[in-house]
Formats: sequence, structure tokens, C-alpha cells
Amino acid sequence: MKSNDVILQTVTKVVVFIILTFGVELFLSGHNNPGGGFIGGLVLSSALVLLYLVNDIETVHKGIPFDFKIVAAFGVLLAVGTGVGAVLFGVEFLSQTFVHVNLPIFGETELATVLLFETGVALTVVGTVVTIILSISEDV
Amino acid sequence: MFTIAFAIFIPFIAAVLIPFIYKRSPRRIGWFVLVIPIILFIGLVRLIPRVANGETMLNTISWMPSAGVDFTTYLDGLSLIFALLITGVGSLVILYSIYYLSEREALGHFYVYLLLFMGAMLGVVFSDNMIVLYVFWELTSISSFLLIAFWYHRKKSRYGAQKSLLITVSGGLAMLVGFIMLHQMTGSFSVRENIAGITDFIGHDLFIPAMILVLLGAFTKSAQFPFHIWLPDAMEAPTPVSAYLHSATMVKAGIYLVARFTPVFGMDSTWFYVVSSVGIFTLFWGSFNAVRQNDLKALLAYSTISQLGLVMSLFGIGSAALHSGYNEHVVLYSQATFAALFHLINHSTFKGALFMVVGIVDHNVGTRDIRRLGGLMSLMPVTFSIALIGSFSMAGLPPFNGFLSKEMFFEAMLLLRDMEFLSMGAWGTIFPVIAWVASIFTFVYSMIIVFQTFFGEHQPDRLDREAHEASLGMLIAPAILAVFVVAIFFFPNVIGQYLIRPAMAAVYPSFADVDALTPHIQAWHGPNTALWMTVGVVIVGLLLYKYLKYWRSMYSIGPFRWNLDSVYNGTLNLLGRGSTLLTNTYMTGYLRDYLVYIFGFFTLVVGGSLFFVGGASFDMTNDAPITINEYILVFVMMAAGILMVFAKSRVTTILLNGVLGYAIALFFVFFRAPDLALTQIVVETVTTALFLLSFHFLPDFKREKTARPSKIINGLIAVSVGVVVTVIALSVQGNQLFESVSTYFEDAYELAGGQNIVNAILGDFRAFDTMLEVVVLFIAGIGVYTLIKLKAQKGGRDVEK
Amino acid sequence: METLITILAGVLVTVAVYLLLSRSIIRIILGSAVLSHAVHLLLMVMGGLKTGSAPLLGENASSYTDALPQALILTAIVISFAVTAFLLVLAYRTYQETGTDDLQELRGFIDE
Repeated sequence: MKSNDVILQTVTKVVVFIILTFGVELFLSGHNNPGGGFIGGLVLSSALVLLYLVNDIETVHKGIPFDFKIVAAFGVLLAVGTGVGAVLFGVEFLSQTFVHVNLPIFGETELATVLLFETGVALTVVGTVVTIILSISEDV
Repeated sequence: MFTIAFAIFIPFIAAVLIPFIYKRSPRRIGWFVLVIPIILFIGLVRLIPRVANGETMLNTISWMPSAGVDFTTYLDGLSLIFALLITGVGSLVILYSIYYLSEREALGHFYVYLLLFMGAMLGVVFSDNMIVLYVFWELTSISSFLLIAFWYHRKKSRYGAQKSLLITVSGGLAMLVGFIMLHQMTGSFSVRENIAGITDFIGHDLFIPAMILVLLGAFTKSAQFPFHIWLPDAMEAPTPVSAYLHSATMVKAGIYLVARFTPVFGMDSTWFYVVSSVGIFTLFWGSFNAVRQNDLKALLAYSTISQLGLVMSLFGIGSAALHSGYNEHVVLYSQATFAALFHLINHSTFKGALFMVVGIVDHNVGTRDIRRLGGLMSLMPVTFSIALIGSFSMAGLPPFNGFLSKEMFFEAMLLLRDMEFLSMGAWGTIFPVIAWVASIFTFVYSMIIVFQTFFGEHQPDRLDREAHEASLGMLIAPAILAVFVVAIFFFPNVIGQYLIRPAMAAVYPSFADVDALTPHIQAWHGPNTALWMTVGVVIVGLLLYKYLKYWRSMYSIGPFRWNLDSVYNGTLNLLGRGSTLLTNTYMTGYLRDYLVYIFGFFTLVVGGSLFFVGGASFDMTNDAPITINEYILVFVMMAAGILMVFAKSRVTTILLNGVLGYAIALFFVFFRAPDLALTQIVVETVTTALFLLSFHFLPDFKREKTARPSKIINGLIAVSVGVVVTVIALSVQGNQLFESVSTYFEDAYELAGGQNIVNAILGDFRAFDTMLEVVVLFIAGIGVYTLIKLKAQKGGRDVEK
Repeated sequence: METLITILAGVLVTVAVYLLLSRSIIRIILGSAVLSHAVHLLLMVMGGLKTGSAPLLGENASSYTDALPQALILTAIVISFAVTAFLLVLAYRTYQETGTDDLQELRGFIDE
């Protein structure tokens, strides 16, 4: 499927960055505002799917040389790993914790282990969605 | 400190490691495995002095305290004997198997199964808790199944494995029920507590049923008549396995169980009658059938059955000691138990050696059919010597350990003649007679093993391979056992004092004076009845062996041809056909039918109970007000839903589904759920894209070919399910029974440091759900990937690389 | 409002069940998708509707909507997406291998 839609390609170049930024914003703001791992991951993956849609798979693969199965697997590992990590600290499986620290530039910032967990979730979502879509598309 | 629980786990841990070691050095894997039983054996041997002093070791690891199930290990004299057999014979068998099994076999699997068995068997003898004992018990059945089916490409191996599993596991289940009944009576799963507490329950309604069920477990495992039929078929296993599981250890688990539960059930005379008569009949039946076998291993299998019957009957008689108070009788009848334990050890030595000898013959010559064997004495002198020692010991001749225990067996049988308090009457005489006849057959088949294999005419043209002496490595293990056979004859009291004496204390915990229960074993005890019986056995046996070919044909006449195998096969066939017939009536293979069962059940049971209980009540006073937008949205969704049923084109249907999805996203906005709304919109988009992508591969809608009546039924089911769901949901809203837990989550900021409560729940309060959800998502993704990428070539069976 | 949404969910369940009972695989997949929509609505209703502001503590509202059903639904949405994707691929691979999407024709043999 070699498409030659100049307008779409040009628009995509800009839009993908907007979507990606939005996705990261959603992912990071999930702690206090609407967003979080799932929705962030979904938005990020929709941006990637759009990229694949407009360009062909090989081109995108040159730019983003990830095997998305591995991304998904890594996500699961991270999510489960934070749980196991909690056990290593002598608290119950999957217990999360948080601290408030004062960082130079960001000011009063909250650091929470839940962020690691959410990263795992987001990576799994991205990896899985892209794997599914790519698998089907490559089957054509 | 050598804790006993540790001993159980070592084999399991080793079994887990085997695959890794096997990958690195597949040739020397046996030597790694060999280390484990040897270490355990040495550890256990070091405990002998302490146990001989009357010490016992108890160790509890809490497992399910609420159910009364704890991982309690208990070491006393009885379990020590069995544990020594398991690890000792285990070491020898593994040593033997290193030379017996070719390196091309799946050695990794073999040793994993073997270690699994070893751990399970140690678990059986060390567990004090009956539920734990049961778990290990079934585990031995499973590992035995795996080992019998080791050469699974052979039909007979699979048949034998299945047979043994079916029989022993059903016996195990019966035993479990018996254990639960015991728990019902005494309120404890601990064997020791049951021994202490059972005296109050001897007349209880459950006492006899529990006893019979526990005995069923023991009889199936120890191949007692009529459950013995699995053991000959189990001989399809590699010979080291036969030597280990099916003669020295696993089949003795039933014996162990009987010994262990003698103080629980033995006070009742039913125990005595059942155990001793089943045992004595098995002794006769096994020896009688052993003579007709042409396959050496089958012969040994029947001989094992018969010897197990012997030990079983001795334990039965030994239980008579519990019937009267502490007097002369006790000491007298307890001698049977002593003989049983002694013979148990002896049997393991000589039968293990014999199995290994048969394995050597089979391995070197290529057959174990006695009609083709003969004259191997000069070619395999060492093997011959071992076989001679083993067989003569089995026949009960001096100077081998079998003689001692056989004499004690006769003496115990003769005791039954004057057992007044059980009013045996004429039966008291029949027992020693059967024992004597069975011993004659035992003598005959023992002679068959030695003389038909090693004497007579050598027939090299009928053998697959040229006969030659076995390698040294293969001879070590049987030679060690043969040395034991002779050594025990000369020094029997070492075994008696250090091993059997503490075991007697375990079987008769109510008698304080253990020393009185431990006789001094003597090879020569004057010309008493038992000795004359042995002399008779030898004379009649020799005559029968000499004229074997004249009377052996009687096995092919009438009632002797009948066997229990046909009953087993017939039952199995009947069950198979019956269940196929039953299953085919409702398992149609058509998804709709299954869904109809599910929905029908749901409607009838849930809807019906709601109707009869009168649980349907509505309360709409608390409903939130409805705005005009929401009315419109509800209308749109209902319309879209109903149109989906009637849509002719698949794209229309997908779009209608999309409408539903986006409308729900809007609802989420109305209902103050911003996270949901965002997620729903993205997911709906991706889903619709997926549908459209997949449509590339799928055919267009065809008109449903379903007949009109069937469509009407579908519609009715659909409507009834919808109505039931609606009624339930409305009733739930109208009747709040419990306080909502949700206010707890409103402290999210303090508890989880997040202001978004939904995400705090997902990431913190209920993170377990989320983690598993992520796993599910990943599995679905991998599933999709494998479905697409790993497909067979058109028409081919193999997966494309 | 709650009653109305419940009735809507009931209608959707009816539609879903009817679709599930049909012979074509696509209709069945659509049926499961509609069923999950219905269940999401039902879950939402169970917590009570519009009882407060969105469950964001930053809003500093006096009361919040029940957040638990929302968390459950969020999980359910993603799972139902995964299931739908898997079923779709299963359906079209089945069609590729067997040449039919009719479950009546796909039923197994009595004796294999």
C-alpha cells in the first residue's frame, strides 16, 4: 500500500507531534487530572498508528526501530516488577508509595512509584495496540 | 540439624534443576542425580541411633491452619525404615539406571520423574497430616504413571500407565474420603492425634466405613486382590523403575498405610479379618499366577503381588495384639508385625536384586521370555550368582534372609490355630494351609527364574543379541543388594534392634515395653512345626518343578483362564461409550446451542428466583433529573441498537456500533467521568479501525439462513434476558443494603498522593486488577500476533518458520 | 435518569444477546461489543448518576461522583478492546483456513 497523499503526509508530520505531546501530557497528568497510563498509552499508540497509516511500515520502522512486542512485554515486566519491588522492601505486593520533594526547576514535585507502574501500563498498551494493528496490516 | 521437611523438598528442588543440568551435560546427568539419594540416605542413617533410643522428631510448618491442614513431618521408627528403603534402593536404582538406559533416551525426563517420585514417597512416609499424606500419595501415582509411560510410543506402555493411574488414583480418592470421615469423628487430620483419640469412637457409625475406605487406598496401591491387575501391566516401565517403584517402594506405600493405621483401626476385629484374609488370598493368587508366566518380568510382578500379600496378612494378624490387654497374647501376636517389617526389608533386597538381574538379561540378550532363555550360567556367571541368591532367598532357603522371615511368617500363621478370642474356628487352620500351598508355588517360580534362565540348553539363535557378562557398573547395584541378602541372614538382630524395634513402638504405641515386642531372630530354632513346613515346601516344590510341564497346562482350562483384566477392560469400554453417548446428546458443536443453555439457565434460575422470592421492587424517587440532551442521546442509542439487528450491510452495522460507542463517551461526559470519556473515544476509534481492517479479510454479510421459528426463539431469549437484566438492575438501585465503600477512596490524596481518584484506584488501591489487566492485554496482543504470523502453509500441517 | 439508563442498558443487552445467537461470526463479535457497552452503562448506573462533581480532588467540590465504578469501567473498556481485537483476528483467520464464517458449518465432527 504505497500512498502518495502529499497533503495527508504533510499534515501528519505536524499532527503526530501534537498527538504525541498530548499523549505524554495525558500520561503525566494522570495523577491529579484526567489521564493516566491507559489513556496516555492509547493516545500515543493512535499517533503511531497514524504514522504507519500515512507512511509505509518500512519507512516508519527506520525511524522507530522498536519491536513493539518487546515494548509490550517490557511494559508488563515493569508493571509486575514494581509489585515485586514492593515485596523486596518488605511491604505488600504492589504497594505504592510517594514523596514530595523540592526540585530546583520544577518546584514542589511529587515523586511516586505509581509512575513506574503507570509507565508499565502505558508501554503495554502502546506495544499491544501497535502489534495488533501491524500484524493485521502486514497480513494483507 | 537435619530437618525432615528438608529431606522431602530436596528431591523436588533437584527435579526443578534437572532440565538445566541436563542441557549442559546430558551424558553425566545420572551422576548428579545419584548424589541426592546418597546424601539423604547418609543423613537418615545418622538418625538411626537416635530413633533406636526411642526418639521421634516432629516438625510443623503452618499451611492451612483454618482447615486443620499443616505440613507436619513426623519421623519415627516406621517412617525411618521406609525412608531408608526409598533412599537406599533409590541410590542403587539410579546407579543401575546410569548403565541401563541408553544416552539417547530422554534421560532428563526420566530423572525428573524419578526425583519427583522420590520426594513424593518421602512425603508419604514422613507426613503426619492426612491431607498432606494424601497429596503426596497421589503424587506418587502420577510419577508412577509418567514412569510407566516413559516409552510412550508403545501402546502397551500407555495402556499400563493408564490402568495403574486409574486404579491407584481411585483408591486414593476412597482413602481421602476415609480420612475426611476420620476427621469427622475425631476432629483432627493428624495421624498421631487420631491414634490417641480414636478409642472413643470405635462404635461410631463412620468407623467401619472409614476403615474400609482407607484400606481401599492401601489395597489398590499395594496391588492386593482384586486390584492387583495393574501391577503386571506396569512392568512396561524401564526395569530400574520396576525395581524401584513397583517392587521396593511405591507398592509398599499401601503396606505403610496399613502399618501406620493399625493403631487407629486395629482395635476392631473387622480390620483383622479384612487385612489378613485379603493378604493371604493375594499371597496365594499371586504365587499361583506367577508360575504360568513366560515373561520373567511378569513373573516377578506376580511374585511381588504375592509377597505384598504375605506382608499384608502378617500386619493383619499383628493387629490381633491390640484386641486384648497387655498380656502374653500381645507379645505373641505382635510377632506377626515384627515378621512383616522384617520381610518388608528382606523383600526389597532380594526382589530389587532380581529385577536388576532380569534387566541385565533383557539388556544383554534382548529377551526375557524364559522359553527362549537358557544356559546363561557359564556366559554370565556374576549375574547368575546374584540371581541364585535372590531366588533362593525368595524361596525361603538358608543361608539367605528370606529364610528367616519365611519361618517367622509360618510361625505367625500357626498362631491362628489357637486364637480363641476371635473365634476363628476352622478358619484358623485354613490360613496356615493356604500359606503353605502359596509357599510351594513361590518355591516353584523361584526355581523357574534360576534354572530356566541359567541352566538348560543355550539357544543363541533364538536370542536377539549374543550373551555376555554385563558391565561392572550394572552389576554393582544388584551385587550390593545380594550382599545384604546374605548379611542380613547372618546378622539379623542388627536390623531387628536398630530398625524394627523403634518401628514396633510406632505400630503399638500403647505398649510401653518395646523390648518385649522385639524377639531375638535366630536362624536355628529347633525342629518346630515351621521348620517342618519349610522342609515340606522344598520337597513338594522340587517334585512340582520337576513335573512342571505336565501340570502347567491346567492353567489353560476353564476357570483359571478367567481373569480380572477382561472385567477392567469391559468396564472401561462401557464407561467410554456411555459418556460419548451422553455427551453427544448436548454437545452439538454449535455455539448458539451453548449460548442458549447459558442464557436459558440465567433467565430461568436468576429470573425465576427473583420472581419467587419477590425481590423485584423498584424505587425511583432518588433518580437524578433528565435533561433534553440526554433524552435525545438515549433515543439515538436505542435506535442505533435496534437498527444493528436489522442492518443489511456490515459497514452499516459497524458504524452503528461506533455510534453507540461515541454516545456512551458522551454519557461519560454527562456523568462526570472525564477519564472514561477520553478512553472510550480513543478505544472506539481504534476498535472501528480494527473492524474495518479485518473486513478486508472477511466475507460480506449473507442473509442469515436461520429458519423463522429458530429466529423467533432467539428473539424470545434475547428479550427475556434483557428484561431480567433490567429488572435486576432496577431492583439493585432501589434497595441499597450496604453502605457504599466509595467514600474511602475520596481520601486518595492522603493515602495515595493523587488527586485523580479513578487513577488512584487503578494504580494504587486496586493495582492488582490493573496489573492483571495489563497481562490480559498483552496476552491478547501476543495471541493476535501468533494467529497471524505462525500459520501453516496452505494444506500443510507444519508451522511456517 | 437512572431508570432510563437502566432500560437503555436492557435494550442493548437484548440486542447483544440476539446478535450473539446468530450464525455469522461478525455478528457475534458485534454482539459481544454491544454487550460490553451495556455492561459499562450498568456499572455506571450502579454508583448513582450525577451525585457530585468529577472525581478529581483538585475540583474542591463538596461531593464527588462514585469513582469505583469508573475505575472498573476503565479496566473493562481496555479488556473488551483486547477481546474484540483477538476475536476479530480469530474470525478472519478461521475464515481464511476454512472458507466459511458460518458457525453452523464450523461445528466439529461427531467422530474425530
